[in-house]
Amino acid sequence: MSIDVRIRNRLGAFALDVAFRSDEPGVTALFGPSGAGKSTIVHAIAGLVTPQDGRIAIDGRVLFDFAARTNLPVEDRRVGLVFQDARLFPHMNVQDNLLFGWRRAKERASQSEIAHVVDLLGLGALLPRRPARLSGGEKSRVALGRALLASPSLLLLDEPLAALDAVRKSEILPYLERLRDEAKMPIFYVSHAADEVLQLADRVVMLRDGRVEGEGSVFDFAAGEIGQLQPAAGAVIDARLEGDRDDGLSVLSFPGGALSVPHTGLSPGTRLRVRIRAEDVLLAREEPRAISANNVLTARISAIQFEGTSQAVVHLLCGGTRLAARITQASARRLELKEGEPVFAVVKSVILDPHALRSRAALE
Amino acid sequence: MMSLSDAEIGALLLSLRVSSVAVVSALPIAFAAALLLARKSFPGKILVDAILHAPLVLPPVAVGYLLLIVFGTRAGLGAFLYEHFGIRFVFNWTGAVLASAILTFPFQMRAIRLSLESVDAGLGDAARTLGARAFDRFRNVTLPLALPGVAAGAITAFAASLGEFGAIITFVSNIPGQTRTLPLAIYTALQTPGGEAAAARLAALSILLALVFMTLAEAVQRRARARLT
Repeated sequence: MSIDVRIRNRLGAFALDVAFRSDEPGVTALFGPSGAGKSTIVHAIAGLVTPQDGRIAIDGRVLFDFAARTNLPVEDRRVGLVFQDARLFPHMNVQDNLLFGWRRAKERASQSEIAHVVDLLGLGALLPRRPARLSGGEKSRVALGRALLASPSLLLLDEPLAALDAVRKSEILPYLERLRDEAKMPIFYVSHAADEVLQLADRVVMLRDGRVEGEGSVFDFAAGEIGQLQPAAGAVIDARLEGDRDDGLSVLSFPGGALSVPHTGLSPGTRLRVRIRAEDVLLAREEPRAISANNVLTARISAIQFEGTSQAVVHLLCGGTRLAARITQASARRLELKEGEPVFAVVKSVILDPHALRSRAALE
Repeated sequence: MMSLSDAEIGALLLSLRVSSVAVVSALPIAFAAALLLARKSFPGKILVDAILHAPLVLPPVAVGYLLLIVFGTRAGLGAFLYEHFGIRFVFNWTGAVLASAILTFPFQMRAIRLSLESVDAGLGDAARTLGARAFDRFRNVTLPLALPGVAAGAITAFAASLGEFGAIITFVSNIPGQTRTLPLAIYTALQTPGGEAAAARLAALSILLALVFMTLAEAVQRRARARLT
């Protein structure tokens, strides 16, 4: 599965000039502040905007090629687009909305696949309702289902959570995770919220002022290594659940160490995405004893980065895994921290993305 | 007071028939014109827009006079239609239909245009990404959403048509049972000595009908709005 995007477009004072490709399945986040050109890119991929130059191809299927004068109509692109404002058809109930694209698809999902999508997104009870009687979160889920059931070869999510409040967002994110883990098609996820990207993305394309500022894995993104825009948020670790101990903790292993967390209720062998915020990591020069934290990792300092006048981010390597700690510049001086030196990282808390049963895990 | 004579009931029924046929036959043309104005831009659009809206502001008597010139059986289109097809508008209830259709056409066209324009273009984009082509989108997204507005426009046009006087009396005269609609019956009653009571009855009836249909038009739109938002 490969997607190749090159777009040049000028609209008044705003110039868009981006190129990126993705050869892996999974979620690619288009991340950047508003006005960076994210929405224009997804609209161009869907065909709702015709760029002035460039080429867009999915798996070698050319959707747009300015030089070859190819411009496939939107209707023939098989690109699913979930709009920020859901855009459900107000005169149809949820069921007819869901099946709108399905009825027009060349290769239709089977009845059991439809049932599965309805189940995945929790839409069963909503089917007879009109969109006017749905909450914002429910509308987003229906819009997702509608796009999925049209059997697209690529799914574009244009800030599907931006119109929702924090509570609704946290309701939808687990559905998006399940979608990511089950979807067969690649997903482009437009967002300006780092949290969402850390939770959902596999790869990140960072955009700014109509240009690609950097791209890389979500691990690079967490470490603040893509572009100038995003400060280190911490670390994203792909961990494996080893098993439950009888002291109430479960052991998660990752290249370079292990973490213990309260029982997860998941079976051993499960892959989990673990996030550790830079704020939740303390540093010590000597191995701390008599400490309440369960997780003390041995690491080596790979870089020290000053932020503003008082803060510093210390980048760590723990075996093959990257971590980051946000401390004060005063502490960094007091501990005489230097690149290459060993250090103990005390992890105060971790965030487990609960539904992140990666499809990859099943393959391995 | 409200017991109507046979002639008065005849005028009421004729009015209802003339107005229904006028609205139904003008609807497709009004729809096409509304679609043209809502969706396309072309040179001279302002002028076309003005001509299509002209019946709203022209004196109805002038419209009746023009119709008489064009559709009179002595010359022009009227002579042609009469000789080749036996179709005659003058002094016939179909002439009243033609006059009413032309004069109330802008009511329908305006309502349809507004309701087409008020359908969110974003829904069309969403339908496109889901594989719906132009006619499919029109048939399944735009039209159903515009329909309440179309219905309200048709009802308003119907109510307006019930009141048409000047064009009808000029074009097809005042023939009982053929072209004497409610307003013409009121006029006739006023010209008749001792006809004031009949005129009052018929005027009250006209007002009642106008209120009923205008309320209905509003109710149709409110109900649609409540369902869709």
